[in-house]
Amino acid sequence: MVNKIKREWVSNVRGDILSGIVVALALIPEAIAFSIIAGVDPMVGLYASFIIAVVISFVGGRPGMISAATGAMALLMGPLVRDYGLDYLLAATILTGIIQILFGVFKIAKLMKFIPNAVMIGFVNALAILIFMAQVPHFVGINNVTYVFVVITLLIVYIVPRFIKSIPAPLIALVLLTGIAIYGNVNLRTVGDLGSITSSLPSFFIPDVPFTFETLAIIFPFSIALAIIGLLESLLTSTIVDDMTGTESKKNREARGQGIANTITGFFGGMAGCAMIGQSVINVKSGGRGRLSTFVAGAFLMFLIIVLGDLVVQIPMPVLVGIMIMVSIGTFDWSSFRYIVKAPKGDAVVMLVTVAIVVATNDLSKGVIAGVILSAIFFVAKISRVSVTKQQEANKLSFNVQGQLFFASVESFMNAFDFSTQNTDIHIDFSDAQIWDESAVAAIDKVMQKYRENNNQVTLIGLNSSSERMVDRLAIQRI
Amino acid sequence: MYNKMLIAVDGSEHSFRAADEAVKIASLAKECVIDIVLVAEFSKSKDEILHSQGKEELEFSRQKILFPLEEKLKAEGLTYNITILHGEPGTTIIKHANEGHYDLAVVGSRGLNAFQEMVLGSVSHKLVKRVDCPVLIVK
Repeated sequence: MVNKIKREWVSNVRGDILSGIVVALALIPEAIAFSIIAGVDPMVGLYASFIIAVVISFVGGRPGMISAATGAMALLMGPLVRDYGLDYLLAATILTGIIQILFGVFKIAKLMKFIPNAVMIGFVNALAILIFMAQVPHFVGINNVTYVFVVITLLIVYIVPRFIKSIPAPLIALVLLTGIAIYGNVNLRTVGDLGSITSSLPSFFIPDVPFTFETLAIIFPFSIALAIIGLLESLLTSTIVDDMTGTESKKNREARGQGIANTITGFFGGMAGCAMIGQSVINVKSGGRGRLSTFVAGAFLMFLIIVLGDLVVQIPMPVLVGIMIMVSIGTFDWSSFRYIVKAPKGDAVVMLVTVAIVVATNDLSKGVIAGVILSAIFFVAKISRVSVTKQQEANKLSFNVQGQLFFASVESFMNAFDFSTQNTDIHIDFSDAQIWDESAVAAIDKVMQKYRENNNQVTLIGLNSSSERMVDRLAIQRI
Repeated sequence: MYNKMLIAVDGSEHSFRAADEAVKIASLAKECVIDIVLVAEFSKSKDEILHSQGKEELEFSRQKILFPLEEKLKAEGLTYNITILHGEPGTTIIKHANEGHYDLAVVGSRGLNAFQEMVLGSVSHKLVKRVDCPVLIVK
């Protein structure tokens, strides 16, 4: 136990502290931008990032993974904030946390394997598109200098990393362009136009909402969507970090940890968050491996905000827009275009439907749920193909059944038989088939009866042992 | 002749040409131990996870890259080990090569054009500079 704590916290102190600082710097613009997407003060996202990162560093299941305020969660909570205000968001955040804790306790994280990768690809693509679309009102049709700043930001974030690797390029863009905007007195909208920054630590308070069933009815749909999407992105991220570091992680502990982090965040005025793919990749690339890196990322972020709060409000919006465009380009799965051509048609359709539903409804959870249902239907359709081949010998007729016999495939199974046969010895061979349920047994029974009506002798052969048990249990008369 | 040889493979045409040369050299010294190293790049991790259903499929898809090379090594009756590492290709191979005390490291040149090389930096150039043992670059 002590050894494990040592390994997870202090086996890589130097790397963890340095990478944590890098991540903190990269988190600031994102936390502010995601707050703006959610429609709340920048402090809500900054507090959330601080608290979630610090809490998850203790209770998460994946050391070295970064969790904070994220775009996926911010996009989901937008309508709630618009219609009901911040306090309802905080209440929803707490409820999200409780739901996630329950998911963790009841080991729901295991169910994630039922989400096919086509849906995951659709999810990241839809997320990228929504993040981009959320930026449009902040830079289109404002003034020309806004466009110039967006373009310069993009140039900086894509070119500078080729030469300077130690400082995150978005931060360089942020500092440089904020400086230019302040000293040049450039006419740009700033973060201050959209909210305020308070240079103080978050404090505990209970969200000011009526504790009624009505409140629950308002926040519950949001909380369940936040809980699902938060876990989806967190578990995807943890798999990526597992792969990058060549180590394993505890998925259920991570689900519980996300829940604990969100619950606490809600009580301290922060919005719900989850693990971040981009930041976690930056952390691992910068040498972060242990829990300390996540802790430092959160703590250093808060330190910077307390020290530099007054400057943060002067950050020009176009710079944040540029950084968010970079985030959305990085989030999009660019090999999807090849995927659409190469992947099985059903998978490509599932991916596109997931994206289309998210973009149409502005709701990531709806797209994911639709994608999962659609792929389940496709899967059932695929395995419900049953083929029956017929072989005629002298006075004997044999049928060979191939495939999975269950409720979805019984119809095509029944249609394969021609019941006009009379006075024949009929063998139905199930060597290449599997009988799954009662409707399959019922269908076989029906086939046998119909043949017997015409004085045929019917024998079932080749049933494997589990199919045989199924047939015996439901006691049809075979001879 | 060589006793311990490193072959770095990334699945590209160039890396297999390099591996072919390594097999030729090793076939002259059958007792030579060959370590094949495949680096799963950090920057591709997200992509590969998204496009594979589960860890087993991902692991298999990486091992599959090495099948043709394994065939050749088996045909020559050579002994080899496979190591899959995670990280940036350059630094990861350098670290592995220097820790393993090899007699020879064989790598392919990726064949980037001048501009790409300026921006991305040449992995093979990095290896030549920083790997302690002789490095054979095959183009």
